[in-house]
Amino acid sequence: MLYRENGQFKSSYRADQQIFPILQDRVAILALLALAFVAVPVFASEYLLRAIFVPFLILSLAALGLNILVGYCGQISLGTGAFMAIGAYAAYNFQARIEGVPLIVALLLGGLCSTVVGVLFGVPSLRIKGLYLAVATLAAQFFTDWAFLRIQWFTNNSSSGSVSVAGLNVFGVPIESPVQKYLLCLGFLVVFALLAKNLVRGAIGREWMAIRDMDVAAAVIGIRPVYAKLTAFAVSSFIVGVAGGLWGFIHLGSWEPAAFNIDRSFQLLFMVIIGGLGSIMGSFFGAAFIVVLPVFLDKLPYWFNVPLDTATASHLTFMVFGALIVFFLIVEPHGIARLWSTAKEKLRLWPFPH
Amino acid sequence: MKHLKSLAIAASLMAAATGALAQAKEQFFPLLAYRTGPYAPNGTPWANGKQDYIKMINARDGGINGVKLTFEECETGYATDKGVECYERLKGRPGVTLIDPQATGITFALTDKVAADKIPLITLGYGLSASQDGNVFKWNFPLMGSYWTAADMLIQQIGKKEGGLDKLKGKKIALVYHDSPFGKEPMPMLEERSKMHGFELVKIPVTAPGVEQKSAWLQVRQQKPDYVLLWGWGVMNATALKEAQATGYPREKMYGVWWAGAEPDVKDVGEGAKGYNALNLNTSGTQPKVIQDILKYVHDKGQGTGPKDEVGTVLYTRGVIIQMLGIEAVRRAQERFGKGKVMTGEQVRWGLENLALDQKKLDSLGFSGVMRPLSTSCQDHMGSTWARVHTWDGAKWNFSSDWLQADEQIIKPMVKVAADKYAGEKKLTRRTPEDCQS
Amino acid sequence: MGFFLETLFGGLMVGMLYSLIALGFVLIYKASGVFNFSQGAMVLFAALAMARFYEWIPKWFGFDNKLLANVLAFAVAVAIMIAVAWVIERLVLRKLVNQEHITLLMATLGISYFLEGFGQMLFGSDIYKIDVGMPKDPVIVLEKLLEGGVLINKEDLYAAAIAAALVALLALFFQKTATGRALRAVADDHQAAQSIGIPLGRIWIIVWSVAGVVALVAGVIWGSKLGVQFSLSLVALKALPVVILGGLTSVPGAIIGGLIIGVGEKLSEIYIGPKLGGGIEIWFAYVLALLFLLVRPQGLFGEKIIDRV
Repeated sequence: MLYRENGQFKSSYRADQQIFPILQDRVAILALLALAFVAVPVFASEYLLRAIFVPFLILSLAALGLNILVGYCGQISLGTGAFMAIGAYAAYNFQARIEGVPLIVALLLGGLCSTVVGVLFGVPSLRIKGLYLAVATLAAQFFTDWAFLRIQWFTNNSSSGSVSVAGLNVFGVPIESPVQKYLLCLGFLVVFALLAKNLVRGAIGREWMAIRDMDVAAAVIGIRPVYAKLTAFAVSSFIVGVAGGLWGFIHLGSWEPAAFNIDRSFQLLFMVIIGGLGSIMGSFFGAAFIVVLPVFLDKLPYWFNVPLDTATASHLTFMVFGALIVFFLIVEPHGIARLWSTAKEKLRLWPFPH
Repeated sequence: MKHLKSLAIAASLMAAATGALAQAKEQFFPLLAYRTGPYAPNGTPWANGKQDYIKMINARDGGINGVKLTFEECETGYATDKGVECYERLKGRPGVTLIDPQATGITFALTDKVAADKIPLITLGYGLSASQDGNVFKWNFPLMGSYWTAADMLIQQIGKKEGGLDKLKGKKIALVYHDSPFGKEPMPMLEERSKMHGFELVKIPVTAPGVEQKSAWLQVRQQKPDYVLLWGWGVMNATALKEAQATGYPREKMYGVWWAGAEPDVKDVGEGAKGYNALNLNTSGTQPKVIQDILKYVHDKGQGTGPKDEVGTVLYTRGVIIQMLGIEAVRRAQERFGKGKVMTGEQVRWGLENLALDQKKLDSLGFSGVMRPLSTSCQDHMGSTWARVHTWDGAKWNFSSDWLQADEQIIKPMVKVAADKYAGEKKLTRRTPEDCQS
Repeated sequence: MGFFLETLFGGLMVGMLYSLIALGFVLIYKASGVFNFSQGAMVLFAALAMARFYEWIPKWFGFDNKLLANVLAFAVAVAIMIAVAWVIERLVLRKLVNQEHITLLMATLGISYFLEGFGQMLFGSDIYKIDVGMPKDPVIVLEKLLEGGVLINKEDLYAAAIAAALVALLALFFQKTATGRALRAVADDHQAAQSIGIPLGRIWIIVWSVAGVVALVAGVIWGSKLGVQFSLSLVALKALPVVILGGLTSVPGAIIGGLIIGVGEKLSEIYIGPKLGGGIEIWFAYVLALLFLLVRPQGLFGEKIIDRV
């Protein structure tokens, strides 16, 4: 009743091909953006901004990048943490070694370095497929873990191997307070989400999906697997690298290689699968689920006034987390995004049954 | 009319009174801990020691001059981002005092944040070695030692064993270390000493968390070092000792840092670790009066945080010491800013910077024989640089050396250089004498 | 020369231990098509069960005999792993029949989180001891031939022998018994096996139980070497290159792959490692597996991947 397309006629191809063809969708997205840009900074507490929203935004950016690789192009990658690390350390090096590099430029350059390495580690995907590729990408993960600990040049010869950044600003506006950090991350996320959505709607996106569905058939009809797979790795690593730079610069401020270890890679893969493979919206849902759930589970015993010691609470969190993941995969193997689109479909008919 | 006015005055007075009462007089200690994950065996007794001491002070003394102590524990699992989340969640509580992250990685992430949030950071025996310089690191307190002092004291002890530091020339010392900032921190000091005395330093990394160390110990066997320094934490320590036994490296020639010398590291290896030496910042055992008080006021009343047989172990006692230093800092701050009042983070910081725990004070607190006297200042946020070596005899730890003191002649210049470098990177200026008085 | 032999033997023995863990992966993948990422968590859970019951059973029943305690604890641990297999098949596998590889992979990751949390909650997160009487001191051989002799780790030697015996037992089981043949049939083609009357659900429970027992043996051996603690589940990450090198579907592949990775790891760490600053063995193993895969994308002995269009 509310969500019908009645009366919405398109008179140009351009209007018909827009991302949100239905008016209600456009209104909803504008409202969401207004909420995100205006309401949240004004009303959210510092804790919410620093510990929930900023990690959520950065990790959904990374999940977006990973979704392009795994969801749209079908190449399973377990080495995402490595690309985040490369993005973060490269951005740090640009910022530390070259005077006066603007923050955004440093982050983007970090993303570019991540792209180069991503394409390099993407080359095996031309020969290796499926689960074998998944495990092979772990080589990237462990190699970067080692490289950032061992090669002093990457950490600007700091004796402990830990790096930190300070005095961040964008066009003179300092990025110190939680609101400023939140707005910067939100800005990056919105821009990249738009770019990603347009990429996957275009020719290159269709090539990726063809490779995912049946790569031999795709090659037969003239899609070059080399081009498609390597561009998928490139775009994905770029986005993930920028997300890594944001994670290190904005969220942590000071980090060591362990911040980007294999647990981070698994966490991102969880987000993509739970959120929905092959869906931009899904990355956000997945990130929200994975970021908020552990914090929520940690606090649950306190709300019910059950005095659990922290170890048991932490173990219970692990258990519930694992059980919920399995539950989700059983109930909706295509992720929350599928639940969402099913809901929208039903909403289009509501209150009528068919 | 008259009654109305007096009623109004009475009502507003009552409101004010209840308002004041509602602002409870409580000093809050956020406790970051890890009771899960590969470092839990060592993190758990540490956390238990801290909690038990708070409970004891509340039960025995009623708090600090009438201000009750509260705490909340938050599980970090030794992960940096969880540590940051715990910190953000707990830093806003009224009456928050200080943070002890129990992890070097989390320390690095929080160092910048605590300066902005004005909450002091205690890193007893770990963290950034350069943070000993209080003029640059206003909010960091590496009390009682850092990895540079530890490395220095170990070399001194080895020198003593050899009959003089000059006898180290031509010897080979291997550093088997946890491949992380924690494990790499002692290297500048060891390299400095290696240049001074002419011994060869071999660095053998163990990939975190150190669960499989066969290659590292094969390398030890290949290199045949005269001594091995073990710089590990958590499960890495026990595994290292087992592998040392399996490759036949004499345990007597192994020296561990104070985080690699506690009961969880050796009790499963038992006889196999006999002869292993490690640094210790404190004694262990149930004799000290403070431990007796904890048993009496906390465990005997069934309020103990962990198992009773853990009370008095090495890491438990260290946790007790950390908490005691924090509480004494609050007490010291109260002496200046108001006895019986709740202290802010800034005031506690001043207290930490002006600790003067001489032997008499330590005895009155029940810590005689447990640790050396400690006194901090604006320039020196460490307060004490003493440690002893203890050796495992197959069943328990016994002290095998006198109190060693780190050589300030070597350490101070290195700390200054590192602190200056940090100040340069972060664009900080050294604190002025006026700032030291605040 | 002596040291080279030492490294070589050390690598071979550790490789056998890796292949013990890899075996669990291969068994489950062969029979149910699931890449069981929770194998590491199963190793940990099994080892925790064994270690704790070894402590608790003498206390509950009041006797002191170590051998009896070990045997009883082992029996209890086997029962627990069979129960775990049953629960997983019922609650997870049955509901996820025919899903894509990646969904199943994620489900097993979820199971691994669950088992890790559950295991630590039930049994604790301290370091626990497994004492099956393995010798801890080394033995030095060939002292007369080579200077300094060759040091052999006795515990590793016994462990490698046990692993080899287990593999031989499994090979006999698969080749000679009816259940083994049924398992091979299911691994070949689920639908064909079902159509001739092989009960798929029961076969899956059997396979996961066998994998669970293999995990238990691996857990006992590794736990005896390293102590039983949460980080034991991370040893599985070192066994993954073995699985992909040997091929996801091949038991001899797991063995040969294990030996190659074990030797490659140790030799690289000792001889190449110092030039690069050390600590290279974990990524070297993966890079080695990657290089092999570039030549043979299905692993050394794996089934050739055939794409039909």
